[in-house]
Amino acid sequence: MATEILMPALSPTMEEGTLAKWLVKEGDTVSSGDIMAEIETDKATMEFEAVDEGIVGKILIEEGTEGVKVNTPIAILLEEGEDATAMDKASEQPASAPVPADKEQSSETAPAAGMAHPAPEVDTTPDWPEGTTLKQQTVREALRDGMSEEMRRDDSVFLMGEEVAEYQGAYKISQGMLDEFGAKRVIDTPITEHGFAGIATGAAFGGLRPIVEFMTFNFAMQAIDHIINSAAKTLYMSGGQMGAPMVFRGPNGAAARVGAQHSQDYAAWYMQVPGLKVAMPYSASDYKGLMKTAIRDPNPVIFLENEILYGRSFDVPDVEDYTVPFGKARIWREGDDVTIVSFGIGMTYALEAAEKLAEEGINAEVIDLRTLRPMDTPAIIKSVMKTNRLVTVEEGWPQGSVGSYISSVVMQEAFDYLDAPVICCTGKDVPMPYAANLEKHALVTTAEVIEAVKKVTYK
Amino acid sequence: MAAKKPSAKTTPSNVSADELMAYYRDMLLIRRFEEKAGQLYGMGLIGGFCHLYIGQEAVVVGLEASAKEGDKRITSYRDHGHMLACGMDPKGVMAELTGREGGYSKGKGGSMHMFSKEKHFYGGHGIVAAQVPLGAGLAFSDKYKGNDNVTFTYFGDGAANQGQVYEAYNMAEIWDLPCIFVIENNQYAMGTSTKRSTHSPSYWERGAAYGIQGEEVDGMDVLAVKAAGDKAVAHCRAGKGPYILEIKTYRYRGHSMSDPAKYRTREEVQKMRDERDPIEAIRSLLLTGKHATEEDLKAIDKEIKGIVNESAEFAKESPEPHLDELWTDIYAELEA
Repeated sequence: MATEILMPALSPTMEEGTLAKWLVKEGDTVSSGDIMAEIETDKATMEFEAVDEGIVGKILIEEGTEGVKVNTPIAILLEEGEDATAMDKASEQPASAPVPADKEQSSETAPAAGMAHPAPEVDTTPDWPEGTTLKQQTVREALRDGMSEEMRRDDSVFLMGEEVAEYQGAYKISQGMLDEFGAKRVIDTPITEHGFAGIATGAAFGGLRPIVEFMTFNFAMQAIDHIINSAAKTLYMSGGQMGAPMVFRGPNGAAARVGAQHSQDYAAWYMQVPGLKVAMPYSASDYKGLMKTAIRDPNPVIFLENEILYGRSFDVPDVEDYTVPFGKARIWREGDDVTIVSFGIGMTYALEAAEKLAEEGINAEVIDLRTLRPMDTPAIIKSVMKTNRLVTVEEGWPQGSVGSYISSVVMQEAFDYLDAPVICCTGKDVPMPYAANLEKHALVTTAEVIEAVKKVTYK
Repeated sequence: MAAKKPSAKTTPSNVSADELMAYYRDMLLIRRFEEKAGQLYGMGLIGGFCHLYIGQEAVVVGLEASAKEGDKRITSYRDHGHMLACGMDPKGVMAELTGREGGYSKGKGGSMHMFSKEKHFYGGHGIVAAQVPLGAGLAFSDKYKGNDNVTFTYFGDGAANQGQVYEAYNMAEIWDLPCIFVIENNQYAMGTSTKRSTHSPSYWERGAAYGIQGEEVDGMDVLAVKAAGDKAVAHCRAGKGPYILEIKTYRYRGHSMSDPAKYRTREEVQKMRDERDPIEAIRSLLLTGKHATEEDLKAIDKEIKGIVNESAEFAKESPEPHLDELWTDIYAELEA
């Protein structure tokens, strides 16, 4: 059967081109791979090869013709033994063209913007029932307990990172774990973040549940391609066939006096990525409960810890299997005058400010988000509907901050409830300085949170 | 564990006529499939980037002949040949190229991002060399589980200059991971020839710095590839750690569909096609050895043409994904 040869698309953006030169003439026999013509695209002059065998029956577009649209018939190819009469039939057959998208289809999952917001449903059940026995534990101990309990429960969970095994953890988070679980499951890596993040992601594809410790998240910038391009996107790119059930964890943000390259808060970076879940706990019970949830989660989880919090003690429920769900904020303090939203180490400023403000008769409601993706925005909206004022607190930089996202959500979903503009208290827009006085000033301060609250409450 | 000198030519193992026929058929399927993909690209049915495997067919067909059920494979964005060679359905691959519901990733991955859990094919990766530590990680998972599976980790001469390759080599060797690092050296990283990109062009020898054994293989000779594959697989299955195969090959087409390939002469390409074509080599071996007649081979050609045309028809007729698919497969649900 005679076939039409169509003007080819030779780049992702090409819509038309110039048929610069024919390298065959009517009557020539061609076979697959032979160069038939030169075509100028918007980028380059390309050679165009024959795909089928046959005889060039007719050239439909003269060489030198400009602006030939993609898919226009440019020649007719005859099969061996066919004559010119077959050509008429060929030109009657419509050329294949892409099937257009069905415009009737609609997606109902897009959120309706700008609507008056009904009071959202918020899960306010307490983390543990009244009467639960509590014990005092540091964040460090709680984290280790969380990981160890899950490793006892599931053989496919293992811990990998720099100095996690024989050194017992650069920050002593994994102390004793090598003794309990052995070198097969508590694995020292060379200093090679890009490489071991990739190996761990591959191991997760292969059915294991890795916990990757970054000595600090600053070093994870060397591995961020695997975290995002390999771990976060594979489930989607594979149409749901395979993903990366794993945890990337380690201290994040400023410690003390370690300078610009060791003091960055990555909360806003990772929070932006679909396919990742992001936890940034404050208290020891949340470190434990969220770590256990993170290890069981079938998705890649970024677990942002804080070195300064490692040594702090909190109440932790003394129960057998304590977990905290993702996407559920915790209200640390109820109040009617203003809502303060924070997470991670930011909570220390939020709670300290609330205490001082209470002495002045201003009652702040303090919300700990605990996870940033999923984020419990209904809890924020519900609180703002009560207090009509919102201040966010974080140590990270201001532009594109977690607070600026929260502010935009509140503006879209509870604009009519706001009695003052939202204020985002953040770290300063500078690399972290080394000098003690400058460092203190570069971070967010309790005084700034108090000042912001007074501003939004017009006190 | 010192690396050895490259063997002059790996002796082809004894292969039966049936095996020869199977290699011919599998290589021809890739060649014809890729030609059809190029055609559909020209018609605007395939979009974006599309990297064809034409010329390199002997690499995957030879190595797949050394694999057993349970072995894993992972590669770069030039991945269509790997998928066909490991037994994935040409219809599902072609429909992914056209971005349709019937594609392996439901149209959400495209040419560079395809996977098959069933066939242990772990992609299809668009970031040059990212698949190398990922492949080492797949091998890690098998070693951890204590089975004897191996992982074929394919990458090109371009990827071989990325730092993460050597991070992966280092850990693969200290942990004895059953990973075969397959360098498909087609001499050009997009438009940059190996001569311009490195002064140590014998890529497999770089493994010696990490204590990894390896060798160079003629990638236009499917029997040489198969023999080298058998050796590498035996090494890995025996628990001796990783192995490097640098397979010298050649791509006939441009880097991607929009590459005019001005960095090499037409004569250079034509010479390879005329003198070293892997499919023609097996074809003449079959005929001269009287393992097959012209008619037998014609029948295979016809069968392949049918399969490829069927895949193209399927890829055109399969509907575009429903818009609701935009919002699925972002997160896996916790199994109850």
